[in-house]
Amino acid sequence: MAIDILMPALSPTMTEGILSKWLVKQGDEVRSGDVIAEIETDKATMEVEAIEDGVLAKIIVNEGTEGVAVNSVIAVLAEDGENISEVSDTPTDSNIKEDVKKDVSMPANDSKPANESKKASDDSALKNEIPATNQTPTDASSTTQASKDINDTNPQKDRVFATPLARRLAAQDGIDLAQVNGTGPHGRIIERDILSIIESGDNVKSADRALSADTQKVPQQIGSSNEGRFVPHTAMRRTIASRLQFSKQTAPHFYLTVECSIDRLLENRAQLNEMAPEGVKISVNDMIIRASAMALQKRPDVNGWFEEDGCRYFDTADICMAVAVKGGLITPVIRSVEKLGLAELSQITKDLASRAREGKLKPEEYTGGGFTISNLGMFGIKEFAAVINPPQSAILAIGAGEQRAIVKDGELAVATMMNVTLSADHRIVDGALGAEWLQLFKGFVENPVTMLI
Amino acid sequence: MTDSQKFDLIVIGGGPGGYVGAIRASQLGQKVAVIEKENLGGVCLNWGCIPTKALLRAAELKNNISHLSEFGIEIEGSVNINLEKVVARSRQVAERLSGGVSHLMKKHKVTVIKGVAKINKKISGGWQIAVEGERKSTVEATNIMLATGARARQIPSMEADGDKIVTYRDAMVPKTMPKSLMVVGSGAIGIEFASFYNDMGVDVTIVEAMDRILNVEDREISDLAHKSFEKRGIKIHTSAKLEAITKSKNDVTATITIAGKQQKITSDRVIMAVGIIGNTENIGLEKIGVKTEKGHIVTNGFGATNVAGIFAIGDVTGPPWLAHKASHEAIICVEAMTNQSDVHPIAENSVPGCTYCRPQIASIGLTEDNAKAEGYEIKVGRFPLLANGKAIAMGEDEGLVKTIFCSKTGALLGAHLIGAEVTEMIQGYAIARTLETTEAELMHTIFPHPTISEAMHESVLDAFDRAIHF
Repeated sequence: MAIDILMPALSPTMTEGILSKWLVKQGDEVRSGDVIAEIETDKATMEVEAIEDGVLAKIIVNEGTEGVAVNSVIAVLAEDGENISEVSDTPTDSNIKEDVKKDVSMPANDSKPANESKKASDDSALKNEIPATNQTPTDASSTTQASKDINDTNPQKDRVFATPLARRLAAQDGIDLAQVNGTGPHGRIIERDILSIIESGDNVKSADRALSADTQKVPQQIGSSNEGRFVPHTAMRRTIASRLQFSKQTAPHFYLTVECSIDRLLENRAQLNEMAPEGVKISVNDMIIRASAMALQKRPDVNGWFEEDGCRYFDTADICMAVAVKGGLITPVIRSVEKLGLAELSQITKDLASRAREGKLKPEEYTGGGFTISNLGMFGIKEFAAVINPPQSAILAIGAGEQRAIVKDGELAVATMMNVTLSADHRIVDGALGAEWLQLFKGFVENPVTMLI
Repeated sequence: MTDSQKFDLIVIGGGPGGYVGAIRASQLGQKVAVIEKENLGGVCLNWGCIPTKALLRAAELKNNISHLSEFGIEIEGSVNINLEKVVARSRQVAERLSGGVSHLMKKHKVTVIKGVAKINKKISGGWQIAVEGERKSTVEATNIMLATGARARQIPSMEADGDKIVTYRDAMVPKTMPKSLMVVGSGAIGIEFASFYNDMGVDVTIVEAMDRILNVEDREISDLAHKSFEKRGIKIHTSAKLEAITKSKNDVTATITIAGKQQKITSDRVIMAVGIIGNTENIGLEKIGVKTEKGHIVTNGFGATNVAGIFAIGDVTGPPWLAHKASHEAIICVEAMTNQSDVHPIAENSVPGCTYCRPQIASIGLTEDNAKAEGYEIKVGRFPLLANGKAIAMGEDEGLVKTIFCSKTGALLGAHLIGAEVTEMIQGYAIARTLETTEAELMHTIFPHPTISEAMHESVLDAFDRAIHF
């Protein structure tokens, strides 16, 4: 049976490329693994290997052809023993007459790989082009076939759903729609999604641009012996990648670590829980959030955002907590923590965390916030340095509480200690300020009564 | 009370907000009850939107008859109005629909409790409500949605007496036709009554405190309506301050001041349509500390009040006082309450408004003045119905379709229509706004010919200097 050789994709976002060279001729015998052609985009060149043994029965797309759509048939391979002439005379399902195929694969208006955000309109442009440029009255059946083929080669999975207004706003602001999280019906990108990106500052946008440029620069290794398992980016993965890459590349992080004794905190927590109403169980984490809020209230100059033209400071301690979810993480915001009692705080964190894991947070529940806490203590991590959640000024990384030998009053003693590390953005928080804040935090944690005032 | 019934959600008020929210909650698996003191369907269905449309239809038919000769149809004899029948039909329509809502409640397994509800107290895991109906009882619910609606605002010393000074409620069930009528207030309600009574042959005078009638509408639309009403013989006083109303045995005399000059207007009857106030009293809000402001309950975009477990939607939460806004808010509220995904607050600028006077008025989004005030650079399109084939053929060529676009993005910021059938057409622009179309998609849309809706297309084209037929 004849085998179609398809135009491969060099990257997940590639939609078309140039068939630069055939390394075999029609009628040549090829073995699985032989390099038979070279294809390229403006970013890279790649070799196409034969995937089966056989004879190259027909070259469908000639070398030097630009704008060949991914997954379109570029050649047909006849299996060993198969009659070549039969193969070339009996087109397989998607194999069509050469002249039509070639024209279809070469929309005159676009030889570069399509930009994600433009893709849908490009698709329709492509479809519109067929009758206008190729249709001859005698060739109606081929044209029909060609249209079908085009639909097949532009899989829906790559389509970005966005409203016309969102598309236009994104285009005007140079925002790549593929990087945007849609909050409209069925995840469609709508006006507010674009506006919120624009409002959040140019930074994110350029970070997204940097990311999309970088991902295309990643060297392609598809031809190697172990291709691994390819998982296309989810919207969440893209967001994490762009935001954290942006943070680490633009915010000059510095790190301050302090050891806190938490024996008293654990004791107070046990007492609180004994007295707490049914269903309320205050966690160490809740108390850490509370302590952070109190420290932020005392040092509001840590509670802010670094923006291009100035720093923005907040009166309320709106604290994000990093929650690991399937396929990534999300940082729901607990607002005005300073106003919340521990029982209330505990219920809110519990609710946010569980809804975060169920993917049921509303956008306003994970946007904003002036400070973030990331806790990996439950994994036994002693200490770590977290990446700042931009445009926030700092993030506090919580390590595990564990019994350690300490020196107290000149003697060895055992205490439950917990290391915390503050990652701060030096553009808004200076070293001494960060240290002062951490000292305050340590004070609240080590004497929890003081944070109940 | 050990026998008190327990529900997941109790809706207080069975109007278009309340009953719709109850159905949605039931669809989401909640055990729901609606407490209604009168008739299901609320003001909208019983004393507002629906019965007035029945009256206005009668007025429209009467007006059409007076134009029959233009169409070559001649009738002999006189055209008489049987007021009793006009009103009776309006009541029948309301009753029929209210019955329909009862059926919907049964179908969706919503318990309907007849009586007056008052929130008693917080109990573990919810609230207790006292109901005074045929007998006293209490019911309990995890959440409460207040959908108690609103009523006509009264001006002290000019309170309605149900005879010579009336509000909408009496105005829609007149026992006799006055010879002359003064309508105070020119919002949708005042204007619809002015239009109805004028068509029925009554001498109508409108008194409006603002500098124009229908002041929530685009100024250009207000002006067109003003001219059209005056042409029909309706007298209009704008920027007029109502000083006093004195009743005599047979008529009512109003003293108004316009530009410092006082004048007196005497008429048989006065309809007071000077605004709406939320029904926030006697439902126990004060006791549990629900925040109200200017006679309305304060809520966030999801209907939540400042008290956990107490929600409010519709007219009682403030303007615009529109049934369709209440219904939509109720659905958003119930979905947010039950943690559904994809729930977002109502988009204020996507709530259409309709006034069923003659000619009809419909609008959505920003007016030209508001768009400018918000700092938009705009493109404005206009298409008059006198250039629309269908409108001319119908003999209804009075009207205008005005569209407002953002110059930068092409977003449809607002649309303002006056003319025949525009209340049925505005939904086209509502869909356009919800789908966030730009001018491009509207231009690419094929509007059927011949329809009045073609004017919607042409107006869009005109905003970009591309109108074909004007």
